[in-house]
Amino acid sequence: MGAYAEGEWVRLIARMNGRAIGDPMKRIVILGGGTGGTLAANRLRRTLRADRASITVVDQNDRHVYQPGLLFIPFGKERADRITRPRGRQLHRGVDYRRGTVESIELASNTVHLVDGSELAYDVLIVATGAVLSLEETAGLTGPGWMEKVFTFYTLEGATALAKALEAFEGGRVVVNVFDMPIKCPVAPLEFCFLADSYFRKRGIRDRVELTYVTPLDGAFTKPVCSRKLGGMLGERNLNLVTEYNTASVDGVEGRLISYDDREIPFDLAVVVPIHSGAPFVFQSTGLGDELGFIPADERTLQSKAAPNVFVLGDAAALPTSKAGSVTHFEGKALARNVCQYLEGKSLDGSFDGHANCFIESGDAKALLIDFNYVTEPLEGHYPSSIGLPLMKESRLNHIGKLLFQSLYWHSLLPGRDLPGVGSDMPRAGKHFESTAVKESAK
Amino acid sequence: MTTETLAGVDVQVNDEGFLVDADQWTEEMAVELARKEGIDPLTDRHWQIIHFMRSEYLAKGTGPSVRVLGKTSGVSIKELYQLFPKGPAKVAARIAGTPKPKGCI
Repeated sequence: MGAYAEGEWVRLIARMNGRAIGDPMKRIVILGGGTGGTLAANRLRRTLRADRASITVVDQNDRHVYQPGLLFIPFGKERADRITRPRGRQLHRGVDYRRGTVESIELASNTVHLVDGSELAYDVLIVATGAVLSLEETAGLTGPGWMEKVFTFYTLEGATALAKALEAFEGGRVVVNVFDMPIKCPVAPLEFCFLADSYFRKRGIRDRVELTYVTPLDGAFTKPVCSRKLGGMLGERNLNLVTEYNTASVDGVEGRLISYDDREIPFDLAVVVPIHSGAPFVFQSTGLGDELGFIPADERTLQSKAAPNVFVLGDAAALPTSKAGSVTHFEGKALARNVCQYLEGKSLDGSFDGHANCFIESGDAKALLIDFNYVTEPLEGHYPSSIGLPLMKESRLNHIGKLLFQSLYWHSLLPGRDLPGVGSDMPRAGKHFESTAVKESAK
Repeated sequence: MTTETLAGVDVQVNDEGFLVDADQWTEEMAVELARKEGIDPLTDRHWQIIHFMRSEYLAKGTGPSVRVLGKTSGVSIKELYQLFPKGPAKVAARIAGTPKPKGCI
């Protein structure tokens, strides 16, 4: 570099750009180009001038899947190609997109190591690598019968193969089994049950199908009020519910689930939600993640517990809220704010309240909507205010809302915009705090 | 919430049988709590898990799930079910005087 050391060049260029000396270009590296990584990159790019910070998004493939769409594929109502788009195309101009698999993160030297041997240095790191399916953690799962009699709709390939199997299914025992928590979109397996009930009725073979929902929880769902509501809906639809079931192994030849306490559940078709873990590199990065590979972070600021310049977004985080796209979306504002505050050496004042908002398909072109946060469990009422979508009730409006959402996802949510009328914090207006509590206390 | 007498001490217990105040817990109480779960006597392996549950809870503010126990306690999930047949995380937490593990949202 001749007479100038590298640092001096940076300062010289900074001066030419009209910036203060000693305010070098910051490097923001975002791992993961899914919902969280994309919306974080786009939000930050809009806020930070291009000469103040570079933004690089790293992902191992170029296939961005609209994951809520996976649920509809098995029933022939959605297709893989209609819910998939290139990752790079969802990023604003001025965001670098880099294909690569992360090997590990070295927190002490602020370096990301990629599998191909290259390195990326960062001033701020945002981890948004989601959750991965750990198929190998359940004995027998991918053995004989996998993708023939045993399926998951949590991948494009699985959902597509399951569609064919359901089409050919003429009757028998169908089990829907969640292996363990946490999972992405905890309502999805219940929605699958409701849609399967509706699907078999439409085909006129519901009386020949025995549907069973098998869960490690002590009820249909995690939150008490909602759990009773959804448990009731399973009963109304003649679905069996098996609780506190921890699956040890799957026998795809004989067709049976076997639990750790030796309870067996026979099936002709199993739809499973495999064990979820954090991305493999988390296990290779000293001090970053917990036993399951999720990354502990401050539940309000989203700053990781591992290092002050590492932030976590979406399913990758170990936070007491659902792993869901809506949560990731609502986290975006606080995350972007806090990254900017951090870069300026200011205190982190962006605060995430744990807001989650989930449509729950209940079959026959209807859906429920639930809305909650760290402290408020799902309640009845309307969203986002007293005029709006009905909460905790089946309605056509909610179903239409769910279907319309994909367009909002690509065109508003990923670009990092706030949705019209929908704030990041959970709205209290429209929720029946008292009446729900009274109804509950009467139980 | 109810008040129970465990090892001669009055303690508050919630609807699901978990101690309200983990600090009130003593090893003598664990023996009585285990008996209520049908576990008698408590072996060294049981105690290993009970102490592990408490140290995890005190360090992290929430007890580990079965899967985390299997990965970190030094006892396999299969054996955990033999030690605490009705569900290791919940039953062990009850005996260890720690709250019901959240682990699932």
